Amino acid sequence: MEAFKNLVVILLSSVLVNNYVLSRFLGICPFLGVSKKLNQAVGMGVSVTVVMLLATFATWPIQYFVLEPFGLGYLQTIVFILIIASLVQILEIFLKRFSPALHKGLGVYLPLITTNCAVLGVAINNITDGYTFIESVFSSLGCGLGFLLAMVLFSGLRSRIDEMEVPSSFRGVAITLIAASFISLAFMGLAGIVDNLFA
Amino acid sequence: MLIDVLTALGVVVAVGLLFGILLALVISLFGVEEDEKVKQIRDTLPGINCGACGFKGCQDYAEAMASGKAAPNLCIPGAENVAKQLGEILGVEVEEPKDMVAFVHCNGTCEAAPEKANYDGIATCKARAAVFGGPKACNWGCLGCGDCAAVCVADAICIADGIARINTSRCVGCGLCVKECPKKIISMVPQETAVAVFCSSRDKGADARKFCKNACIACKKCEKTCPHGAITVKNNCAVIDYSLCTGCGACAEACPTGCLQKVSFPDLPEDFSWDE
Repeated sequence: MEAFKNLVVILLSSVLVNNYVLSRFLGICPFLGVSKKLNQAVGMGVSVTVVMLLATFATWPIQYFVLEPFGLGYLQTIVFILIIASLVQILEIFLKRFSPALHKGLGVYLPLITTNCAVLGVAINNITDGYTFIESVFSSLGCGLGFLLAMVLFSGLRSRIDEMEVPSSFRGVAITLIAASFISLAFMGLAGIVDNLFA
Repeated sequence: MLIDVLTALGVVVAVGLLFGILLALVISLFGVEEDEKVKQIRDTLPGINCGACGFKGCQDYAEAMASGKAAPNLCIPGAENVAKQLGEILGVEVEEPKDMVAFVHCNGTCEAAPEKANYDGIATCKARAAVFGGPKACNWGCLGCGDCAAVCVADAICIADGIARINTSRCVGCGLCVKECPKKIISMVPQETAVAVFCSSRDKGADARKFCKNACIACKKCEKTCPHGAITVKNNCAVIDYSLCTGCGACAEACPTGCLQKVSFPDLPEDFSWDE
């Protein structure tokens, strides 16, 4: 029971409290770039979630069974980037084959997941937080879902902004960034909520 | 020390090799064969991804062409040579691309178009346009700071009497000024154009007239006069459809405000020279 509770706390806290986009400000590029339309935002969110999970499945064993026994912890970043890049390539091939429409919709942003700091951030944070394999999987699932949540919320907001009469000097990127900061502020209100959930 | 370097090297190489092989396997199992036609077209294109064709890059343009959604004569850097080759690949006749030149649709000279305010700030059109649409009373006219002249690669634009003028014999048709103009009053017209609209105002007749003596007042005389149906008045401003225009000049004679004119450079100072 205690272990299960621990996993739920990790999952929820990475979705809500430590949301990668809105609290840690990682992965802002696709957050601003692909959030114009809801279906593309969902596609991007799901892709990032899948890549985060895949990355954790690959990077955790490599960290503990390859890098640490050889005392090569300092190679973590470069090896992880290598792994994530390959995984994204594999995902791209699958998408091209099985969902060409989504592949086309994501366009240039799919290759950008390759160098997405949120994905690398999850992989590295899992190690620095000292999570076990199962905990890592839950944490990266939570981070991915948090990213998806942020994307969906933000694409909804942006479609509302599109219908509004925005002062001309704020139009475009400016109002987008302001809106992003408001969502981020709203998420600050969730700090501490998970710790007290089971108290 | 050497052992450390070798293990680090070995591990990275091993991981890279592992994922490389995995990637190769996945590609050979699930990869999608690229359309031979797309590949051929892309190899013919210059491959500099300039975006002048209006697509995201050479690959995007190649795909659009292969699926028949784009004409083969849009590549500007490739010019006729590439267009011809693309026509052969696609099996279509290539229309000779018409030579286009940029044209400023405004004749709001200092004398004709009064100012509503004194502007004393950054001397670029973009900055001027950001303050209440610029100091000119007419909100659609040339701001005369020469943002277009600054980007012109052919030195074909000058500012004379408060508005930009384009020397069509120098214009190479790159379209950079069209993109740069914050008022969007420059457009590309065919080089052999005989008449053009010297106004972009969307204000109603009376207002337009008040803000600029040379403005189009949307009287629709030209629309009625044109024997070829090439002129329509859209948003209170005459627009010429150059695919129908024969250059007879009937509209220019009929226009009461002189905003439709045979193409020339009116009101240039007498001692003006393009080479100054």
